Amino acid sequence: MTFEKFVFYVFAAILVFAATMVITRRNPVHSALFLVLAFFSSAGIWLLAEAEFLAIVLILVYVGAVMVLFLFVVMMLDIDLATLKAGFIKHMPVGVLVALVMAIEMFMVVGPANFGLEKVPAPAAQGAGYNNTEELGSVLYTVYMYPFEIAAVILLVGIIAAIGLTMRKRPETKFQDPSVQVRVKKADRLRVIKMDAED
Amino acid sequence: MDSLIALWEWLGTNLIVLQILIKIVVIVAPLMLCVAYFTYAERKLIGYMQVRIGPNRVGPKGWLQPIADAVKLMFKEIVIPTKANKVLFLIAPLLTLGPALAAWAVFPFSDGLVLADLNAGLLYILALTSIGVYGVIIAGWASNSKYAFLGAMRSAAQIVAYEIAMGFALVGVLVAAGSLNLGEIVRAQQSDAGIFGWFWLPLFPLFIIYFISGVAETNRAPFDVAEGESEIVAGFHVEYSGMPFAVFFLGEYANMILISALTALLFMGGWLSPLPASWVDGVFLLGDGIHWLFLKTAFAGFFFLWFRATFPRYRYDQIMRLGWKVFIPITIVWILVVGLMVVYQFAWFS
Repeated sequence: MTFEKFVFYVFAAILVFAATMVITRRNPVHSALFLVLAFFSSAGIWLLAEAEFLAIVLILVYVGAVMVLFLFVVMMLDIDLATLKAGFIKHMPVGVLVALVMAIEMFMVVGPANFGLEKVPAPAAQGAGYNNTEELGSVLYTVYMYPFEIAAVILLVGIIAAIGLTMRKRPETKFQDPSVQVRVKKADRLRVIKMDAED
Repeated sequence: MDSLIALWEWLGTNLIVLQILIKIVVIVAPLMLCVAYFTYAERKLIGYMQVRIGPNRVGPKGWLQPIADAVKLMFKEIVIPTKANKVLFLIAPLLTLGPALAAWAVFPFSDGLVLADLNAGLLYILALTSIGVYGVIIAGWASNSKYAFLGAMRSAAQIVAYEIAMGFALVGVLVAAGSLNLGEIVRAQQSDAGIFGWFWLPLFPLFIIYFISGVAETNRAPFDVAEGESEIVAGFHVEYSGMPFAVFFLGEYANMILISALTALLFMGGWLSPLPASWVDGVFLLGDGIHWLFLKTAFAGFFFLWFRATFPRYRYDQIMRLGWKVFIPITIVWILVVGLMVVYQFAWFS
């Protein structure tokens, strides 16, 4: 076994372990943290596959932003663990069935029949000077320009829609307008008056 | 000397792991010493700004104060709150310190003097600084304390907000330099204009926003609502004592040094001399060299301390407004301006 293979199996084992913990832990915060660990190990595997740009972006976007917001929400929820535990045995057959069907489907699509080594040969290893980021960028902004832009616009629409859903007028909320605060002059607030001392 | 060099080369070919470990120690040990004396500099400087003397009892002029503090923290009892989640409680400080140290792996100290010359170095640094927030969130949650949790929530929202502005500022640098490699970014600032050829001038708004976002990312004054002594006692690390607290402390200061060093690298020309290269090339200490990087880092680090002594703490809604409604729009506009400057090869980019 080469060193690379050994590293791959270490990362893969951690990944499978973390993914199992995500769905078996009772505490949702622990699940979210194990999901973070799963992202890290899959980023490690991607690094081994010479996809360093994707690996770093996986950490940056999913670990650095998405999971932080996830944790943010999960930590604030007051979840009753007892109700979560109930009904596990009852729902298990359905769960197993769904999992089995999904596994079979995945095997049929990405199994050796379609993605075997004789169908898709392993890509040749690139030299040290190879710049993954530059290669991706030059293809993304030339050949795949339109799909890329369309994806960007769809995301933008999604952002606007999400913000639009949470917008509501609440007349009772008080807020300050900083520009008004900044424009304030001494004369608007303060009046110096002269008066005789009283005794 | 020759035998030492020979031994080093032998290590490089036969025991590369040991060679890399030695390099790591050579980077981290002085860094830890810098962290210790940064705390001393902070107490001394803020002391003088407030017309008092600061620590002056331990050692000559108080120079041994940070050592005394470290020894004190090491021998303090580690108190773990009864209902706290023990594992996460103890992992959290490491998650703050770890990324702050790991980021130095791609940091070029001088031309070619770098542990790992990654061609996606800037991206790596962005990814690592973005996971620093986990230490704070997990600490707040695992402490099982209201104050700690409130501090963690505040800091999470703040860090996520300022990270975007910070990322956009770095996009500007990336457009200007045309590379993600930190060494290449410094070399792109090399010109015969010396200090005026560095990126702080064409990217001035991004330079300011990057540094202020850096202050906010490290939860330093005036953005230190995560600690907010006056309202939530000490925020996320209220339940920490002894060594775990010390690790948080180390992490915060290591992060400050990292942000200062990155500002020096990305906007202030890294190891380049501020004088035009044609005047000082090869002149002792005036030419390019690692000492310029140290000077620039110290200069940026001084601002962290100066801010703390000068500004009152921001109100929370003002922090959010500044991050989302002021910084992000400015960075987006300036990225466009930088793009135009690069395309039309304006002054710096010809």
